[in-house]
Amino acid sequence: MRREKIIALALLVTALSAISGLALITAFIFKEGLPIMLTVGLEKFILSGDWYPTEGAFGIFPMIVGSLAVTAGAMVIGVLFGLGCAVLLTQFAPPRLVSIIKPSIELLAGIPSVVYGFLGVVILVPLIRENLGGPGLSVLAASIVLGIMVLPTVTSISVDALQAVPRSYREGSIALGATVWQTTHRVVLRAARSGIVAAVILGMGRAVGETMAVIMVAGNTLDVPGSILDPVRTLTSNIALEMGYAAGDHRKALFATGVVLFVIIMILNTIALAVSRRRARQAVVR
Amino acid sequence: MRISPRTTQAAALAGMWVLAILTLGVLAFIIAYILVHGLPHVTWSFLTESPESMGREGGILPMIVGTAWVAGLAVVIAAPVGVATAVYLTEYTREGRLTAVIRFGADCLAGIPSIIFGLFGFVFFVITLGMGLSIVSGALTLALMVLPTIIRTTEEAIRAVPSSYRDASYGLGSTRWQMVTQVVLRSALPGIGTGIVLSIGRSVSETAAVMLTAGSALGLPHTAFDSSRTLALHFYILSREGISMTNAFATASVLIIAILAINLAAYGLMRRFVARVT
Repeated sequence: MRREKIIALALLVTALSAISGLALITAFIFKEGLPIMLTVGLEKFILSGDWYPTEGAFGIFPMIVGSLAVTAGAMVIGVLFGLGCAVLLTQFAPPRLVSIIKPSIELLAGIPSVVYGFLGVVILVPLIRENLGGPGLSVLAASIVLGIMVLPTVTSISVDALQAVPRSYREGSIALGATVWQTTHRVVLRAARSGIVAAVILGMGRAVGETMAVIMVAGNTLDVPGSILDPVRTLTSNIALEMGYAAGDHRKALFATGVVLFVIIMILNTIALAVSRRRARQAVVR
Repeated sequence: MRISPRTTQAAALAGMWVLAILTLGVLAFIIAYILVHGLPHVTWSFLTESPESMGREGGILPMIVGTAWVAGLAVVIAAPVGVATAVYLTEYTREGRLTAVIRFGADCLAGIPSIIFGLFGFVFFVITLGMGLSIVSGALTLALMVLPTIIRTTEEAIRAVPSSYRDASYGLGSTRWQMVTQVVLRSALPGIGTGIVLSIGRSVSETAAVMLTAGSALGLPHTAFDSSRTLALHFYILSREGISMTNAFATASVLIIAILAINLAAYGLMRRFVARVT
């Protein structure tokens, strides 16, 4: 029995590694980034548009707007396609097609982000430049690339949510004479609502956090974009672009950019977790 | 005029099929485009030689070796920790505040962007622990990044093992540890394998985090403390700095083929697991 107790203890200690990893990451990012934020002034750091790191001017407002803009655009595409695929897979498609479509969408998630970014530059950017004007490297290009990248996340979490809806709901509705589509959007989608909200929020987190693909297609200028055809720089690209050569306060300001990104992601994560926990509780009540 | 429910359904269905076909079309296009432009340049010497003049000439051997090192080491570190965590959560404790905290940690870790992992790996492993830009720093950073995936998939695999297996094992007088290692983990093995293989895939395709932790040295790494450029990062540098489009496409082809093979292996393992527990 003593041996069993030691094993249990060892497993517990190992199991704490995930949470300690999270704690370490939080501690180090804040330790590196927070002081410079406070020196510059939190308001100035977040709301000022002057980013001249060599002269000590650190304002990341355009990057915050940039991240929000490309994320919003990505969600339009990611949610439309992701939810469409999820509904098709769970409500309509015959099992044989599901067994082809589902792994393909998972494969889409496995393709490296640099490949997406590269194809964005080679194909999408010239297409936008020639047909819609502007430099091509733009909010629009980044949104489309990111939309495709978050689609698998939205699909797979929505599929789980839709499959968790009790069969009796669906059967009840169909027995009342509703078509499958009526059942889907009036009963199944409504019952799976909180799971789908979680899927959208987690997809949003993906889009906010994506780095390499965005660097390649967004253009990375330091201005607040005036239209979707203007180039932008996101929080993530700001870090990745300048980390290679930054030193001193400049490097610390990049960590501070990381702090802002981290806070945004943690807020999104917490909302998603809270929403899916509510779903779990509802399922128990049912 | 009222549109009949059947018409609405037909329209909605058509719309969804268009979305799904477009999605699959994008996937097929990405793979085909890269392979068509890159595969003709993937020769034996490209795979077995070192790059020359920043990658304009020569091959990608050091990047293949570097990628294998970084991804392999990351999974070797993350797999035991992840599997042990999942065993603890499923077999050694009841759901309570502690499991909620551990799950919260794993879920949050899963949502953190790779660039944040990169920043953390840079200050913690590279600078504070003095490991420098190296394979070890990169692997440790990636290990933390793939840990949630391994925990989640192992947990699911363990939960799918029928409880009658456990009862039978206990009935034969085994201890909890014997039951876990010899019955549960053995049955769950292909499912756990799926998670591990997917983690290898994620490590191979990661760029931002390895850029800040493993560095971008072009030479063949000799020890785990050398800096090494991975395939994904090499591809990024080649294309972004316009060094060589031909070699960028060829590198991307190697990357895509590796990812395809990894996903196929994961899919195969998953099917085997599903066949085993049902």
